Amino acid sequence: MTVLVIAEHDNAELNDATRAAVTAASKIGGDIHVLVAGKGAGAVADAAGKLDGVAKVLHADAEALEKKLAEAMEALVVSIAGDYDAILAPATTVGKNFMPRVAAQLDVMLISDITAVESADTFVRPIYAGNAMLTVKSNDAKKVITVRPTTFDKAGDGGSASVDTIDAPAPAANSEFVSEELSKSDRPELTQAKIVISGGRGMGNGENFAILEKVADKLNAAVGASRAAVDAGFVPNDYQVGQTGKVVAPELYIAVGISGAIQHLAGMKDSKVIVAINKDEEAPIFSVADYGLVADLFDAVPAFEAELEKAGY
Amino acid sequence: MKILVPVKRVVDYNVKVRVKPDQTGVDLANVKMSMNPFCEIAVEEAIRLKEKGIAEEIVVVSIGPAQAQETIRTALAMGADRGIHVTTDETVEPLGVAKILKGVVEAESPELVLLGKQAIDDDSNATGQMLAALMGWPQATFASEVEKTDSGFKVTREIDGGLQTLSIPSPAVVTTDLRLNEPRYASLPNIMKAKRKPIDAKTPDDFGVDISPRLEVVKVSEPPKREAGVKVETVEELVGKLKNEAGVI
Repeated sequence: MTVLVIAEHDNAELNDATRAAVTAASKIGGDIHVLVAGKGAGAVADAAGKLDGVAKVLHADAEALEKKLAEAMEALVVSIAGDYDAILAPATTVGKNFMPRVAAQLDVMLISDITAVESADTFVRPIYAGNAMLTVKSNDAKKVITVRPTTFDKAGDGGSASVDTIDAPAPAANSEFVSEELSKSDRPELTQAKIVISGGRGMGNGENFAILEKVADKLNAAVGASRAAVDAGFVPNDYQVGQTGKVVAPELYIAVGISGAIQHLAGMKDSKVIVAINKDEEAPIFSVADYGLVADLFDAVPAFEAELEKAGY
Repeated sequence: MKILVPVKRVVDYNVKVRVKPDQTGVDLANVKMSMNPFCEIAVEEAIRLKEKGIAEEIVVVSIGPAQAQETIRTALAMGADRGIHVTTDETVEPLGVAKILKGVVEAESPELVLLGKQAIDDDSNATGQMLAALMGWPQATFASEVEKTDSGFKVTREIDGGLQTLSIPSPAVVTTDLRLNEPRYASLPNIMKAKRKPIDAKTPDDFGVDISPRLEVVKVSEPPKREAGVKVETVEELVGKLKNEAGVI
């Protein structure tokens, strides 16, 4: 049995999501190979070789792989798929983009966003935005899987695998990269952040999100919002945490002025520690919160920030 | 230009689903069903492209039981021109759906297949990409902006950490993300008009597609329950607990 893990990276550094996927691969069993596809990503290939449990690194270098365009990734992965019993990639926007193409090309049903490996052919994945957990057994000869990075431990650096260079075949279809606009904020990305602070309808307006941003800056947290806050036009849609927005599972999730509608809970209830600040003590958010503070957020949030300041944050 | 918009009937996003006690699935009896929110966004975008004079015809396709026809009618009431209903009572996995859609695409020859990035029941996020692969077409997933160009489309995509813009030749597959638009509500006159719009009835067999599932459901279980924790009285107490008890800051 040999398992291929496709690395997530930005051509300079290996993304931690890759480490989680390697851990998932080790639970499947067998040799683990890592594919680093990119442009000038030699350092990433070297870093992948150091991952615990990795037996070999395959490095493909091509223009179209710089941004891991789906069509080019499909052609590359399919060209080496014959050597593998399972192919895994992190369920990031990159992995979600090309992995279904790989699966379809191999005539295999993709197993999306797994949160646990039960055996070499049986996996657990959330459905209904995590309101139910589905255990599936794949009857396909090859398994094509995306891995939810937040639910697997990150593989450490104890390996010394060799790096082989492989060719990247030309894709059947071509999309062309035009530009990228990565958020300039110094804050971490919502789905990657260790701490998230989100505001709801109780924030009153968009300007008031500034008080959350101050706390976020102290804690190196990302700022999110409930759908109600997005619908009310307080913040853009990409802030949205919930069933129709982003699903997050940080170490600490602070819900401010959020009542806790099902649709929001679905997007954050896997967080390790949940704090709720709300003046309505009956708010459903308190039923999932580890720490609840019944208070007016406009008093509590600035006081929280001041207290963090005092504690040296 | 003709646009094909595949749509799915799912449990309404406001419904709290319950896992059946025998763990065979979730309880769908007497549960409100609606068009998948991402599919609604796809229908809306297609209509906007038609209103701008870029698209001439919008064909909506749904694969599912008899009631999927209601979902098609909703899209027709929003402004789509005609429907195709591929009837089946089986659960069809994204791979099967993509294979059926390939048959529909070959019959209809659209320049653009515009569909939701994922269905909020199964959450696979796979059908659009699979269809693109089976057709050998380019794709732009998670779109927040779609613009017609001379040779195809310029699409802005929601990616982790920001936005990415791609240029893709047509024909192509585009999947929609939340920020693309805000879907309209169908007006009463349009709902009435939609009743007279044609819906073709098909079956998976018409496309020669084997839809037998590849994934066997072992069980569907409740996610781990969260217990309510403690109430704190002051922010000092909160910061203290987060620091010393939970160790998360």
